[in-house]
Amino acid sequence: MSGSPVVGVEAGEVARLQEIARQIRLEVIKAVYVARAGHLGGPLSAADMLAALYFNVLRIRPDDPAWPDRDRFILSKGHSSIGLYATMALRGYFPVEELATFDAAHSRLQGHPDMTRLPGLDMSSGSLGMGISAGLGMALGARLTGRASRTYVMLGDGECQEGEVWEAAMAAARYGLDNLVAIIDHNKLQQYGWPGDGPDGRMPPEVPGELVAKWSAFGWRVLEADGHDVADILRVLAVAAHGDGRPVAVIAHTVKGKGVSYMEGHYYWHTRAIKPDEYATALADLGEPLPAGEGESR
Amino acid sequence: MTLPMGRPMREIFGETVAELANDDPRIVMLDGDVGSSTRADIFEKAHPDRYLQMGIAEQNMLGVAAGLATMGLIPFISTFVSFAVVRPLDQIRVLIAQTGLNVKITAGYAGLFTGQTGMSHIIVDDMSIMRAMPGMVTVSPADDVEAREVLRWAAAYEGPCYVRLVRDATQRVFGDDYRFELGKAVTVREGRDVTLISTGSQTPRVVDAADLLAADGIDAHVVHVPTIKPLDIAAIVAAAERTGRVITVEEHTVIGGLGGAVAEALSEHRPTKVNRIGLQDLFPQSGPNDALLEIYGLSAPRVADQVRAILRPA
Repeated sequence: MSGSPVVGVEAGEVARLQEIARQIRLEVIKAVYVARAGHLGGPLSAADMLAALYFNVLRIRPDDPAWPDRDRFILSKGHSSIGLYATMALRGYFPVEELATFDAAHSRLQGHPDMTRLPGLDMSSGSLGMGISAGLGMALGARLTGRASRTYVMLGDGECQEGEVWEAAMAAARYGLDNLVAIIDHNKLQQYGWPGDGPDGRMPPEVPGELVAKWSAFGWRVLEADGHDVADILRVLAVAAHGDGRPVAVIAHTVKGKGVSYMEGHYYWHTRAIKPDEYATALADLGEPLPAGEGESR
Repeated sequence: MTLPMGRPMREIFGETVAELANDDPRIVMLDGDVGSSTRADIFEKAHPDRYLQMGIAEQNMLGVAAGLATMGLIPFISTFVSFAVVRPLDQIRVLIAQTGLNVKITAGYAGLFTGQTGMSHIIVDDMSIMRAMPGMVTVSPADDVEAREVLRWAAAYEGPCYVRLVRDATQRVFGDDYRFELGKAVTVREGRDVTLISTGSQTPRVVDAADLLAADGIDAHVVHVPTIKPLDIAAIVAAAERTGRVITVEEHTVIGGLGGAVAEALSEHRPTKVNRIGLQDLFPQSGPNDALLEIYGLSAPRVADQVRAILRPA
């Protein structure tokens, strides 16, 4: 965030990553529309961070996905899988056309990430709370085997209700794993939520400041970022890369459903099929309106 | 005549994994804060840099093991069956079994011998659970000799496996030249009248029971099944054909474990009457080992009594 020792990010790179994030969102909408199933709010809130990670931060080789010295990425909030798949396709792990198979039988793009089917996935996920433990193991393993690899784990803020997250937080701090970065997609909504006086009559998964206080209390170095500002994301992750002996938690402030007007900030777009008129609106919101006359047939 | 006592499997665990780690730098030990009980402390002394205390947080520990395995390391797990299987079951399912990652779920305190701890620590259904999990190899050694063999096999095996180990000294049934082979049952006593099939440290007690039965003119054939999955169906079918009558005996629930596996296999491949001796759908209580074996019908005399009752109903 502001005050970091890292120099500003070049404007051209920011524009490039913003465009990639837009394409990720478009591919998410298209794939979920075709599949008539899938999660939307979470992939859309994570898109800018996924663009920054896969197109700038991560040391990876899409043509050699098992490269031993690569950085690791785990999508612990596995229900946002289509966001990760769209990112990986655009990055060159597999053809963008394959995104049309999302959620279909025999697809490598399973509803939740399955590392045994799709090369490039560093871990299977989908049962919440587990990715951070596996990431801890990767970070510890990198240290034990003398690799410089860093491990990034993206969690949801709702996911931080899982007890395992805090087991992992405790253990990672004990080992002082500053090669481990947890990025919390803090979009302030979960699938349904407690009843309350928040948007749509639901309460956010945590009260303001709760995540910062918790991760700090567990011995982590906590950084906050605007999860939709790629320049800020890059700056914060650069700060995180300068280890101080503590694992790093990046609390990334985001909007669930970001980029699609009628989805933003509504819990019920966590997962939902898109109707044709909604599809047309979403594409228009993302800067690629359908040509006149299209959008009614599918 | 009864079989001699062997050494506690937990000491074999600490010693053997430490020895294996001498030659294999990939081996690490993850401990859920019970190393002084599982004897992972023996490993810690030999390889302090590869002893990884994970604290009282077993769901995380199994997840960490999966992550370590992706980095080419070979994690062994140090905790009790209750905390190695039942508590982190979903982590095992999603991160280890489905992924096929090379994690050794080596769980201590299997069966009734848990140091007088009672129902929270005595897990009666771990074999049922783990053998039902897709892809999970499940091994239950009989004695200290076989436990050492199984641990050596596990280190060399590429993939996840579940090994259940007993806390206390139990009887020894195998000689020093015994070699474990995955998926192979072992005939430990030849007989003609009835086939007794057992697993884990119940096997020596079944051998002793067979001696008691011999005195009554019942010549029991005893087969030890160390690998619950993959099951040695051919050997079980052959043993069933030999006597035409099968009784399973296990220090475990009769639902879905060894008895269930044998009944499934025989009903498909060689329909045979099968009776199952073991825990009868209950939560055991705490108590001294010998008392529990008597209460739950698993001492050699009590097994012999039940076999007699099955074969010669009043």
